[in-house]
Amino acid sequence: MTLRAASDRSLLVSFGSSVSPEAHREMARLTRALQGIRGILNLHPAFISVLVDFDPRLRTMAEIEALVKERMEPGGAAGESTASVETRLVEIPVRYGGEDGPDLEDVARHAGLSPEGVVELHSAAEYEVAFVGFSTCFPYLSGLPPALATPRLGAPRKHVPAGSVAIGGTQAGLYPVASPGGWRLIGRTPLRLFDPQGEPPALLRMGDRVRFAPGAEVRP
Amino acid sequence: MNHLRVLAPGMLTTVQDLGRFGWAHHGVSASGAADPLALRAGNLLVGNTDNAAALEMTIVGAEIAFEEPAVIALTGSDFGAGLPMWSPVEIRAGQTVRCGATQSGARGYLCVRGGLAVPKIMGSASVHVMTGVGGRPLKKGDLLPVGSDAVRRPRPAARFPEQWQPRLHLRATPGPQAEWFAGELFAGQYTVSEESNRMGLRLRGPAIPAHSGHMITEGVALGAVQVPPDGQPIILFVEHQTTGGYPKPANVISADFWKLGQLRPRDPVSFESVTIETAVELLREQEEWLLSL
Repeated sequence: MTLRAASDRSLLVSFGSSVSPEAHREMARLTRALQGIRGILNLHPAFISVLVDFDPRLRTMAEIEALVKERMEPGGAAGESTASVETRLVEIPVRYGGEDGPDLEDVARHAGLSPEGVVELHSAAEYEVAFVGFSTCFPYLSGLPPALATPRLGAPRKHVPAGSVAIGGTQAGLYPVASPGGWRLIGRTPLRLFDPQGEPPALLRMGDRVRFAPGAEVRP
Repeated sequence: MNHLRVLAPGMLTTVQDLGRFGWAHHGVSASGAADPLALRAGNLLVGNTDNAAALEMTIVGAEIAFEEPAVIALTGSDFGAGLPMWSPVEIRAGQTVRCGATQSGARGYLCVRGGLAVPKIMGSASVHVMTGVGGRPLKKGDLLPVGSDAVRRPRPAARFPEQWQPRLHLRATPGPQAEWFAGELFAGQYTVSEESNRMGLRLRGPAIPAHSGHMITEGVALGAVQVPPDGQPIILFVEHQTTGGYPKPANVISADFWKLGQLRPRDPVSFESVTIETAVELLREQEEWLLSL
């Protein structure tokens, strides 16, 4: 575990220097252990790190460092394993290809498969939400079959519709709101992934397991 | 209930408080006032808590009619309304406050005693312009209810401490990848690009040489200076993404966040490196000024 100040009000806690399941588990453990603490304003989990934003009027950097170390100690509040954490399986209906997935053919060509083969592989796999970040509830999904890994677009699209099901390099993901984006779009789901009035606003959370089901109707 | 009526919205006028915290792990950044110092001071001057919802105006201000008497404070940049700045001002029933083009920085605030009683979304009244969370920019004809959440009497007029200028000089602490860089950011003179918005302030100037390190996407903080492959730095602003994959040589200090909200396209900016200890001390001075209001 490496601690470094990212700013005068944030501490970056990293686990190792390359992405591994162990480092990811440590990240998730710390993120859970730091929720709801007074003086911590925001937690930004990523693959193997957590950025902890705090209110510098209430907490010093040294206090946040001590808190992180204490929570991650053996027997500390972060716990020993993820065994007790409840995980959900969320099924996402998808209409693949056509206007909903304009890059399906490109992904198929890159993989040396038919479009049907891509859909079969993509919907047979089980994914895990590695973390939620970037912009408005964007879930980074691990578990993409390696054959489907496809480089991002050279130039990002200006408009990606909400619900787009996407591949970016070795990651799978979903665009919860319309935004610019450079990932390859292979389909679209009618599910509402982000609802600011919802409790909670985000459909998917870190640790959720995800499956894609082909054939859903997409609303116009 | 008293209402403000928007006669003309100006260039970009939104409702803001200090932001929507606790949602970064859902990929939602805080948004909030681009110049939090001006918002807090304005609210304190009219007798509100510092986090009350108020109007943030950008470059060209709004024209606002008041149905009933109100007490307001105009803070941040002077938009030429012909009213005293940094001071509680009594407004008559039927009076119109006409803000025009800015006469200094990018943003002005109109705080009203009692606060704006708009619904809170995910705990905050702040509009996140890029995603629409919290609402949208104001349009002609919008009616904004005034709340009754004042907590004390209006305060005497304040004077913005001149020693905190110049606003174009940004102090910054080392970022998480500071050692990948040779201090180029602090040597160069940069210009704020027209493409800047509440997500990021894009700078143009001497390109910062590419680094050799391997970045893994990580959480990013408000005020982070990130350097994409083209070497032109971007300062992450109030609506920034929550994670990013570009290296960050520096991070603007909390005490200078207000300056970011006042930067205009074509403004020249420079950076100075300071320690975390200095940053904390400068923030303490600012908090003391706010407490004195």
